[in-house]
This record gives sequence, C-alpha cells and structure tokens, in this order.
Amino acid sequence: MGDFFDFIFTAGFWAATLRMATPLIFGTLGELVCERSGVLNLGIEGIMTIGSMAGWMWVYQGGELWQGVLFAAFVGALFGLLHSLFSVYLGLSQHVTGLGITMLASSLSYFIFRMMLPNVTTPPKIVPFDSWALPLFSDIPVLGQALFVQSPLTWLALLMVLLVGYGLFRTPVGLAIRMVGENPMAAEAQGINVHLVRSGAVVFGSALMAVGGSFLTLSAFDAFYIGMTNGRGWICIALVVFASWRPGKALLGALFFASFDAMQMRVQQQASSAIPYQVYLMAPYVMSIVALIIMSRRAAYPKALLIPFRRGER
Amino acid sequence: MSRNIVMSLNKISKRFGPLQANDAIDLDLAEGEVLALLGENGAGKTTLMNILFGHYVADEGSVTVFGQELPPGKPRAAIEAGVGMVHQHFTLADNLTVLENVILGTEPLWGGRQHLRTAIAKLDRLSQEFGLAVDPRAQVRDLSVGEMQRVEILKALYRDARILIMDEPTAVLTPPEVESLFATLRQLLKRGLAVVFISHKLAEVMAISDRVAVLRSGKVVLKAETAQTSREALAEAMVGRDIPEPKRTRQAAGEALLSLDQVTVFGAQHKRLLDQASLTLRAGEIVGIAGVSGNGQAQIADLLSGLQKPDEGRLTLRGAGDVMPRPRDMVKYGVGRIVEDRNGLGLIGDMTIAENLASENYRDKKFARFGFLRFNALKEHARQLIESFDVRCPGVAAQVRKLSGGNMQKLILARVLSKRPMVILAHQPTWGLDVGATAYVHSQLLEARLRGAGVLLISEDLDELLQLSDRIQVIYHGRLSESLDPENISLRELGLLMSGHQATLSKAA
Amino acid sequence: MRLEPRDHVSMAMAVAGPVLAVLAAMAICSLLILWSGSSVSDAYALLFKGALGSRFAISETLTRTTVLTLTGLAAAVAFRAKLWNIGGEGQLYVGACAATMLGTGQLQWPPYLLIPTLFLAGALAGGLLLLVPTLLKTHLKVDEVVTTLLLNFIILLLVNYLVFGPWKDPMAMGWPQAAAIIDEGLLPKLLAKTRLHAGFLVALASAVGAWVLMRFTVWGYEIRAVGANPEAARFAGVPVNRTIVRTALISGGLAGMAGVCELIGLKGYLTLDLSPGFGYTGIVVAMLAGLHPLGVILSAFFVAVVFNGADSMSRALSVSNYIAEVITAVSLLTVLVSMLLTRYKLKWK
Repeated sequence: MGDFFDFIFTAGFWAATLRMATPLIFGTLGELVCERSGVLNLGIEGIMTIGSMAGWMWVYQGGELWQGVLFAAFVGALFGLLHSLFSVYLGLSQHVTGLGITMLASSLSYFIFRMMLPNVTTPPKIVPFDSWALPLFSDIPVLGQALFVQSPLTWLALLMVLLVGYGLFRTPVGLAIRMVGENPMAAEAQGINVHLVRSGAVVFGSALMAVGGSFLTLSAFDAFYIGMTNGRGWICIALVVFASWRPGKALLGALFFASFDAMQMRVQQQASSAIPYQVYLMAPYVMSIVALIIMSRRAAYPKALLIPFRRGER
Repeated sequence: MSRNIVMSLNKISKRFGPLQANDAIDLDLAEGEVLALLGENGAGKTTLMNILFGHYVADEGSVTVFGQELPPGKPRAAIEAGVGMVHQHFTLADNLTVLENVILGTEPLWGGRQHLRTAIAKLDRLSQEFGLAVDPRAQVRDLSVGEMQRVEILKALYRDARILIMDEPTAVLTPPEVESLFATLRQLLKRGLAVVFISHKLAEVMAISDRVAVLRSGKVVLKAETAQTSREALAEAMVGRDIPEPKRTRQAAGEALLSLDQVTVFGAQHKRLLDQASLTLRAGEIVGIAGVSGNGQAQIADLLSGLQKPDEGRLTLRGAGDVMPRPRDMVKYGVGRIVEDRNGLGLIGDMTIAENLASENYRDKKFARFGFLRFNALKEHARQLIESFDVRCPGVAAQVRKLSGGNMQKLILARVLSKRPMVILAHQPTWGLDVGATAYVHSQLLEARLRGAGVLLISEDLDELLQLSDRIQVIYHGRLSESLDPENISLRELGLLMSGHQATLSKAA
Repeated sequence: MRLEPRDHVSMAMAVAGPVLAVLAAMAICSLLILWSGSSVSDAYALLFKGALGSRFAISETLTRTTVLTLTGLAAAVAFRAKLWNIGGEGQLYVGACAATMLGTGQLQWPPYLLIPTLFLAGALAGGLLLLVPTLLKTHLKVDEVVTTLLLNFIILLLVNYLVFGPWKDPMAMGWPQAAAIIDEGLLPKLLAKTRLHAGFLVALASAVGAWVLMRFTVWGYEIRAVGANPEAARFAGVPVNRTIVRTALISGGLAGMAGVCELIGLKGYLTLDLSPGFGYTGIVVAMLAGLHPLGVILSAFFVAVVFNGADSMSRALSVSNYIAEVITAVSLLTVLVSMLLTRYKLKWK
C-alpha cells in the first residue's frame, strides 16, 4: 500500500494523468457545449472514433500532423451537422439519433479503415506528435521534465478549456447558446434563431470531440485499433454532469478520472498486486455512474435539455 | 388637455375558424397615460397582443406606432418601433444572471467581446431613473417574483421602449410588490412613456389607470376615463349577462362526504397556492368554486385527484377519515374525477377508446381474468358507454388521439359517471363543448346530485356555476370565501369577489 | 417547412415505413460499395446469396436470427415503456455467466431440468443487472441511457477478469475461455450438419410470449400506458414505478436469455467474443420492427441476412464486412425519418 502512495507522488504519474485526460477534456468540452444549447449528443463515442481514424488516415496518406487534426475536426463537424439535422431541425428523439450517429460513425471508421488497408494484420504506424516542452516550467528540476513536457494536443486541450470558458461566459454567442439551452422561447422572443444556434453548438462540440479522438492516434498511440475509444465518449457524458456543465470543473473531472487509468497502468507493471488490474480499468465507468448518482440531486441541468424546440409554439 | 397619441389599433379583426377572437377593435394610447385593458379569459386580449407583436396576422385592420404603420407578421417590428412587452409568464432563464437576460440579443452575435461595463452602466442608469432596483449580477432564480418582473421591465427599457404592454402584471405579486410596481409605473409615465395595463383586477385598474377599455367576446364593449366610471360598471361590462334561471330543484344536503380543513399547498418560492382553504361537500349538493384561473383551482383539483397532498391542513373523506391519497386511492375511494387537461392527464392518446374507458378499472374481475384482459368485456363496456354518452367516434378500437376535444370530454364523463361515484370533481367539465353537449353534461351532474352524490364544480363559466351550484365559494389568491347563495348574489358582486374586492356581504348556506 | 399530423395511418403505411427505410439505407450504402470499386448489383446479389443461397447459409442466418430476436425483444419491450435499455450487451454476458456458473458441472441434472434452469438463471441475472439503472431512474431520476451503457463496459471487464482468471479453463490450452458447458446443458441441434439449434425455437416462443404479454395481458396494458403517457397512467391509478421495474426484469431477462442461448446453443463455453455487439444491434432490430414483438422476428432475420451476407460477400469482393454495421446504422437513422413521415405530413409554407 505504501508503494501505492509513493507512486501517486511521482511526477510520472501526474504526467501520465495529464496525458490520458486529454481526450476526456476534448470530449467533455464538446459535449458540454452541445448540452448547454439543449442537445444531448450521444454520438460522442462514434465521433471520437471517426476522429481518431480520420486524423490518423490523413497522416498515413502523407499529410501533416496538424492537418490531420483539422481534418478530424472537419469530419466531426460533419457528423455534428447530421445529428443536428435530425435532432434540431426535425425534432427527432435525441437519444436514438445520437445512438444512430455513434453506430454510423464507428462502423464507417472501421469500414473505411479496412477498405484502405485491406491486407494488414498489425495496424500500421505513423510518426506521432513530438512532445513540446512548456518553456520555463519544464526547467524545474525533476518535475519539469516529467510534467511539463506533453503532446501539443494536450496543451491545446488546456487552451480549449480557457477558450470555451471565455466563449460561453463572456461572448454574445456564448450567451445565446446558454439562453437557448435554458429558455428557447425567451431567446426566440429576443430575436435569436434557436435552431441555428443549437446546430452551431452541436457542430462545434462535435468537432472538439473528434479532435479528442485524433489525440489517441496522433499522439497517445501511433496506430488505429478497433475499439480504441473504449467507452471514453460515455465517460465524457457522465463527466459533463459531474462538471455541472462548467469547463473548469470539466478539466478537474477529466484529470480525476484519468488518474485511475494512470494507476491501472502502474498496477499492471506490478505483477504482485492483490487487486486485479481489470478493477482499475473498471474504475472510470463505475465512478461515472457514481458521479451521475451524486449529481442527480443537485444537477443544474440546462432547463431545455432534451426538449425539442418547435418554432412559434407557445 | 391634449393627448399625444403614440399608438393606435384600428379596426383589428381576427377569426380562428368559427371563433371571432377580435372584432373590429379600435383603441388608442397617448403619451404619459395608462390604458387598462380589461376582460375575462377568452375575451380576446391575448390574440390582440399577439397581433401587435407580429405572432399573428390580423384579418383586417392595422396598428400604428408613433405615426408609422407596423408591417404585419413581423415580431421585431413592434420592438424596433419602441414597443416592449412584459409577459405574464416571465421569459427569463433562471440559471442566468439579470444582466445576461437583459442583454441577450442586443449585441451582434459575432461581436467577440461583450461590452459588459457599458451594459451594466446603462442598466444601472435605467434602474436609478425608474426606481427599479435590481442587482445585475444576481441569478434570476434567486430573485423574488417582484424582482423578476422588474427585470422584465428593464429588458424592455434597455431596448429603448417608449410603450410598455404589461400582461396581468399583478397576478403573481403580493400587495407591497404591487405598490412598488405602481410607483415604478408613475416614474415611467413622468418620463413620457405610455403603458397598456392588461388585467382583470378591478381595484388595481381603478387605482393606476387613466383610461380603461373592456373587452368581451372579442369586442370593445366599454371605453371610459377611469375617473368617470366605477368598479360596478366595469364588472358588469366584463361579465355582461343576466342571471340565468337555475334548473335544479331545491333539496336538502345530506352528510358530509369530503372536506378540506385549512388546507395549504405551497408552490415555488414558498408561495401559498392554497391558503388555509376550507370547504365541505355534502351528499346531494353541488358546490361551485368561482374564480379567475390561476388562483388555486388547479391545486384543489389536484388534491381531489390524488396528485397533490396537503402541505398543511387535512383532507377528509367519508368512510376513509383523514387521507393523503395517491390517484390509485382516489379511484378506490370512488371519487370521480373529471379533469381539465383531457389530453395530458385524463386520456392516453395513443391507446384505444376501449382501453381508455377501462383505465381506472382494468383490474376488475369483469375486465381481467388470470392476468389476461377480457377484450370482449372491454369492448362491450365501451360500446355501451359511447352510446349512452353519445361519443362520436369511428369505433371503440379507434385511438383516442383522433377524437375531437368535445368527444374526448364525453369519454372522460362516460368513464367517470358510469361508475356512479358519490364524490365527483368536475374541473371545467364543459370547456370546449357545444351547447348540446354542455346541456348534457349539466343534466348528468344534476342527476348525480339527485341520487345523492356530492359534486365539486370548478369552472370559469359563471353561468354554469350559478345554474348548477347549491352553494358557491369564490377562490382568490388561494383563499376560499364563505359559501354564497347563488340565488341571492348578483353577477356584479361575484365579479367583484373574483377580482379580489373584499366582500361586504357574506351569506353562509 | 412544417410538420402536420396525419389523421389516418393505415397498416400498409405502418409496415411500408421500415421497409422503405431499409431500402433507403441499402441505397445509401451502395455509394460505399461503388467507392470500393465493386458493382452494386454484384455486391448485393452476393450478400443475399451468401445469407440465403444454400441450406447451410439459411441455417447460419437463422442461427444469427435467434440471438438477435432475443436482444431485439429485450429492447422492444423496454422501449415500449420508454425505458431506454442500451445495456443489452452487458445483460447478455451476465446471462451467459450465470449459465456458466451452473452449467459447467455444478448441477448434474438431466437436460429437461438443466436447460430450463440455465435459461432461468440467465434471465434472472440479466433482469437484476438492468434493475440497478432502472431503480436509479425511478428513484433518483438518473438517465438510464448512460448508466446502462457504462454497465456494459463494466460487465465486459468482469468477464475479461473471469475468463482470464478464476474461470479460466485449464484444459483449453491457454485460450481465455471458461470451462465448457456439460453435455446435458447443451441445446440440441435442429438441423443436421448445421449450427442451427433449439434456441431458435426459444426465440420464437419468446417473441410470441412477448406479443401475448403486450397485447393481451394486464401487465402489457400497464406497460403500454406508462410508455404512452406516464402522467395519465398515474392519474388513472396505474402503479407506474412497479410497472417500470417489471419491464426492466422482463427486458433484462430476455437479453440474459440471449446470452444463455449463444452459450449453450452455439459456442459451448464462455469467451470474450461471445457477442460481437448483439446487444446494440438488438436496438436497431427493435426500432426496425416498430417495437412490435412479432415484427422483431422479421427484422432480426433481415439484420441477420445483412450480417451473414456481408461476411460472405466480403470474402468474394473487396468490400469489408463492416458494411453490414454501416447498413444497420444507416437503417436506424432512416427508420427514424420514416417513423416521422408515417405520423406527419411535410408541408412547405
């Protein structure tokens, strides 16, 4: 047990935590923006998957890493558009639409991957992002090299926390998004085009989710595997509730959940652990359920979440 | 004194199918004055306002604001012309701040930065100028109702409104908040704004307005200077009919079947939706509850339906004592419940007529055996009922969703009355029904009364109440008046009581 | 563009909806086939031939229909009550686990006792698993979509642990699988030289049973009422929470039985890849059937045709068999649109 505590206090652990939190940060931010506008986006798991495949494929076909990220974002945005067509404009069930998008995006990822690489047994690799050292911070002895040398996508994720926070709370667009998710009729009365704002939020959120997916193939690992996202999308949905729809708390939640992943890796290295490593792998899912239970009492849901808005209805 | 007309509605007419919602309405509003618009629910006030704000297009007529005619059907036209509306049901987002609610839509969407400091400065200036103290950084859900209304007013003023339309502004305010609102209105008037004050509350209308117009059945029936008219004249104009002859014969009431004893029900922000309400329903009588909707009737209906438990006080049923029932229990106690919300609460639209008619008794021996439904029994039962209650439908296997509103109501009646309950709740039982159907419902309720049932009739139709009730209690702000004898009370007096005017008369029955 | 409710929906229109949706899905996916360089007609011909072109092919398709019918029924029953059970996959696996716990030698009973017991155990396990998110929904208002989904991952990890750990069959030469079900616990084959097993009859019987339940019984009435309008149901005296819990036990039970079926009918021992997503596919099956229990048999058959056919087609052409999942996913979306159009007319302003 003492060994366990020793481990937590190593910089390596925190570096791993920050790294593993990156896709969760992107996913949670993306879902948060969607839900703030009143739309539950259950397509997140599929969008992260196709983001990871699309980004990787671009680079594998000879493109640059950052182009790959942009391409992933673009693909994510397209699926977001499809989602909003069904859920916002046609007012169809957000639950079923989201599940359909996840199934479609995932299956398309695997199909396209297999079609473009038909005869491979081991997934081919690309050269992933080099880590960037954050100037000054990385010069701190011991901690610096471990903690502050991360993938550029991780730095981007942290930047997005600030940007999304600023965007949601300090710009007219962000205010419109929040109002549309709280009281769309009031927003319409004040001249806001509810459908347009909601679609925009879903498209933007989906792009973020896809970027989170691309981190897996362009940074964390260097190849695309079937089942790579492994339920991270669903965890993000729970994380959004856990974070009370606030970007700052989303970051904390992501770090907290990712720390269990980091711990699990360490435990796998120690063959003599009493607790099977699967328990650590289960932890994020279990904690997500627990988080949902705890927050169900106090959840400050955007009031118009899941309620489709029909123009001119009063 | 010359009047500087800022807004005029000219011969506005609007028809919805057979209903003439607005009929050649002529109104004008001058700078610095308050015009009160009076009328019962359904008189046409809401339609008129929707036309003004471009949500509906008038069939005939036009609206002129500051000399310019408003293009019809454009919601922004009125706002841009300087007309602001303070809605009865607030259009505020609870989880956002006052400032955010006010500035939404006033800055270009892609502006990038919000100019919060200028906004706060403007908001503060408006607050000071018009005496509307409110903290811009407060969350709306923490505000009192009076404060929320101030935010609604500020929303309009922030957009440089010079004409304010206030829809039932005092419906949700306490007396001190009403005073505060009136002080605000006086400030607004001093600065040259004009106000249209839509209300049914005569005392307030007399207190604050300069001129008043009464709407009834879509027409303007009275226009006057407030100083030259009286509450009585206004009440009569609002209600407008002679007292109809009752069709019931006198009979002595029997034992008490149901009673509410000092029942209080709390709503949001600890508002008393029912305030120490007491009533007793006896066998063989119809007790009518008169009042403008929103004064606690829904809570009484919910109590008798089993959907609401008393927060304070007691609900007592003969044979069961003090109860805190669920809907299932009320069915078991034999309480017949005819509800207002037919589609939502009373019927399951996607299920068939036969299934709906059995929805309270599907477990009875005659409808189910060994867990299986006896469809023949269900269908036969349904057939009998739709015949005796004259429900027009394509057959008992048709989905209820397809029925007209009137037929849906008949279905509910059939389900309830066929069980010959001893206690009946009738909440707006004839709403939306034609004359024939209405007469039928009335005769059914009277027949129930004759066989000894007690009926609690909640209705906004005063004719109906006066015709059917043995006793009437008026509900206002959650409080029930003493019992009144419908044969010894005039429409004027009822109208006054319903509008909150304290009754000088009290006749216990 | 406006949506106006139709006043009359004929039976023909109600059936045509999903059929058209599926055709639309296949048309959309033909774009993918074209991209792969194959001819669309060749591809679909091979697909149908692969699924239905021989006695063996049909038996394989019916075998797959078996498990899809059960998971489809699980979703259909739950969705009727507006209980969004996305956890079919996990319930399937716990059903298989329960059967493993009792069927690998613990109970030395004759088949006519053992097999029903295994089904019962599986159903119980599946039902109890779904009960957890359901109670969270009824008592704490926690959305069941995410909780049932997350449970899937947890259960899969549990199975992973069991199959690599305490349940690992020492006689399996290192492969991660549990001990085999004893002979008395295995379902008999229906057709010689095929893999079609008696589970197919269990699935058909379950579909009929579910249909009878929903249409003819008091419980079915309550489930439909709660799903259609929970407020009106509560007003009329229907015990809403009890009904939802009952629905969860039935739905989870059906998914658990699907797991038992695959285990004692097809595989014979618990492995990690017992189900390639049957639980999720069951959702599409249910939606395509319009949540009708008998319709589930047909849509399960159709989806089985697509999957089996795609396997066979991918061996002949260079089209990956993932196209089956794509077609299924697109069908889910198109059936949503067709349901909308069945209920509403599109009106241009």
